[in-house]
Amino acid sequence: MSEKKLHNRSFEVFGKSKFFASQLRIALRNCGYIDPENLDDYLNVRGFEALAKVLTGMKSEDVIAEIKKAGLRGRGGAGFGSGLKWELVAREKSDQKYVICNADEGDPGAFMDRSIIEGDPFTVLEGMAIAGYAVGSDKGIVYIRAEYPLAITRLEKAIDAARKANLLGNNILGSKFSFDIEIRLGAGAFVCGEETALMQSIEGHRGMPRPRPPYPSASGLFCKPTLINNVETWANVPVIIVEGSQWFASVGTEKSKGTKVFALAGKITNTGLVEVPMGTTLRHVIFDIGGGIPKGKNLKAVQTGGPSGGCIPVELIDTPIDYDSLAKVGSIMGSGGMIVIDEDSCMVNIAKYFLEFTQSESCGKCTPCREGTKRMLEILTRITEGQGKEGDIEKLERLGNTIKKASLCGLGQSAPNPVLSTIRYFRNEYEDHIKNKKCTAGACSKMIRFEINDKCIGCGACYETCKFDAIEMI
Amino acid sequence: MEKEKDQKFKELKEYISSFKSKEHSNSYLIAVLHKAQELFGYISQDVMNEVSVAMNIPTAHIWGVATFYHYFNLSPKGKHTVSVCMGTACYVKGADKIIEAIKEDLQISIGETSSDGLFTLQEARCLGACGLAPVVMIDDKIYGNLTAQKAIEILRKYKNQ
Ligand SMILES: Cc1cc2nc3c(=O)[nH]c(=O)nc-3n(C[C@H](O)[C@H](O)[C@H](O)COP(=O)(O)O)c2cc1C
Ligand code: FES
Repeated sequence: MSEKKLHNRSFEVFGKSKFFASQLRIALRNCGYIDPENLDDYLNVRGFEALAKVLTGMKSEDVIAEIKKAGLRGRGGAGFGSGLKWELVAREKSDQKYVICNADEGDPGAFMDRSIIEGDPFTVLEGMAIAGYAVGSDKGIVYIRAEYPLAITRLEKAIDAARKANLLGNNILGSKFSFDIEIRLGAGAFVCGEETALMQSIEGHRGMPRPRPPYPSASGLFCKPTLINNVETWANVPVIIVEGSQWFASVGTEKSKGTKVFALAGKITNTGLVEVPMGTTLRHVIFDIGGGIPKGKNLKAVQTGGPSGGCIPVELIDTPIDYDSLAKVGSIMGSGGMIVIDEDSCMVNIAKYFLEFTQSESCGKCTPCREGTKRMLEILTRITEGQGKEGDIEKLERLGNTIKKASLCGLGQSAPNPVLSTIRYFRNEYEDHIKNKKCTAGACSKMIRFEINDKCIGCGACYETCKFDAIEMI
Repeated sequence: MEKEKDQKFKELKEYISSFKSKEHSNSYLIAVLHKAQELFGYISQDVMNEVSVAMNIPTAHIWGVATFYHYFNLSPKGKHTVSVCMGTACYVKGADKIIEAIKEDLQISIGETSSDGLFTLQEARCLGACGLAPVVMIDDKIYGNLTAQKAIEILRKYKNQ
């Protein structure tokens, strides 16, 4: 086995182009570097060394202490301390415990989890097995979206290969520890990414969240103590064990350790997955790594956190990327979607887009989310169609704040964020729509005014396409 | 035709049996519905009734599950499935205009099948090809960097096949 460091080997394949030079690849360390369908390839990059280390020389408390010291926080959205979560599950006494990998990745515009599973499935299995040992569970489940067929196939192959090599199954590597992993498919419901809904879905029901507490750590899947983490969180675990918590904690900021993978997309020159140390500024990601905005346009805002997140205006582009700084400016880290918005996009329209999404994905169990998002969407639709009324902005704010406070699960609690954050930073655009019936970006098509000028040759094309029958052929 | 259908039902039942010995065997309902959709193309009332008997789960519950998840189709689909990505990256690059154009061209709305039975139109949430946004997927093939006009031209090609 090579004694090389685990992280950042991708340079050997991709070179030090500007896009890669300031990335630090921990979770994505093997993506594109190894053959994901070949266990030997993974072993060659010190794969399963962490599991072996844990099984031969560490007590379960030691493993948890190490994760805690590393300061790893959940990469699936909320950023809850992983070590603490593991400890809570480890403390429970039960005949059966479960370890779940959340690979539902519902944020539209994000694909980090998919890339990790497609590029390095073994690391997820290894991370889960280590946790199984630490919390005293022998059963792991990967809940993955059915929309990711390649990821599912790779995962199936990886599980098979690991079983054959006794890296999963009974008495792993001759130890007393047994652990096996099963795959369960989602079926296209965003809310199933929420942990309690996800467990409902595994149990074969409609994926509706339930109130917490009890938290999954006490009563989760089939009412047993359950540890659930995101794919990217799992991918960090073997590195922490092999390279040590001290090294891991040296990367990032005081409260956000390690790196975060972002799916950089939208109006940006270089799209793709970007893994940077926590604390890197948005400016660095967008302009240095992402290569700036194409066609000489100006940056207007960055949207992070998907439908649960918010829009950060260009003035705050020097905000460091970490859990707390993003929350302070009204957005969230989320799972890692990063959509760059230029001057051609209308912020009211963007807010409406996200609300449309959460509104249609609301499971309908609690009233604030089911009815509230619908009313908000009605108001937003009205505004983008030039029918906005005085007082609409205030109504949106009031409704939004109520929905945030009163909803049952994270979906409703965060659904108003895109609207509230755009009102906070782009209130003038809302006012323009309502008072002046004007969409400066020209994105709200119902508000655009067309005029026929002297150059008209009477070809009739406008008559054909006008949706409002405003044109008369003479 | 009938024979083929019987064969499929047999396969589905065998699939269900494979879970019988497992703990919490009823929890595999979603996996079973995936299998049913793979076999029949969509999940009909007949199929739900069969699953209900084989798994000892009320059809009402199965109906509840099948309607909750977008992935399951409850009516037959057209020859080609056209999924227009409405993920964020595609949206900011004009996916809404593409979907409008396709709707108008095929004279259907989302979830419907064109009268000639050729196309079923769907919205997708991020196909993971954001770098090519805006993206449309027809069956398993991804078409990227589209405009409304290009999308219509591609549909033409499928029509003329
Ligand atoms: C509406 C909603 C959707 C979510 N979707 C996902 C998801 O797609 N993937 C994910 O890992 N976590 C998702 N989460 C967060 C999970 O509930 C949970 O916090 C996470 O899986 C815990 O793992 P972590 O601690 O490793 O982040 C979602 C939460 C909510 C409220
Ligand atoms: S948003 Fe369309 S492919 Fe990702």
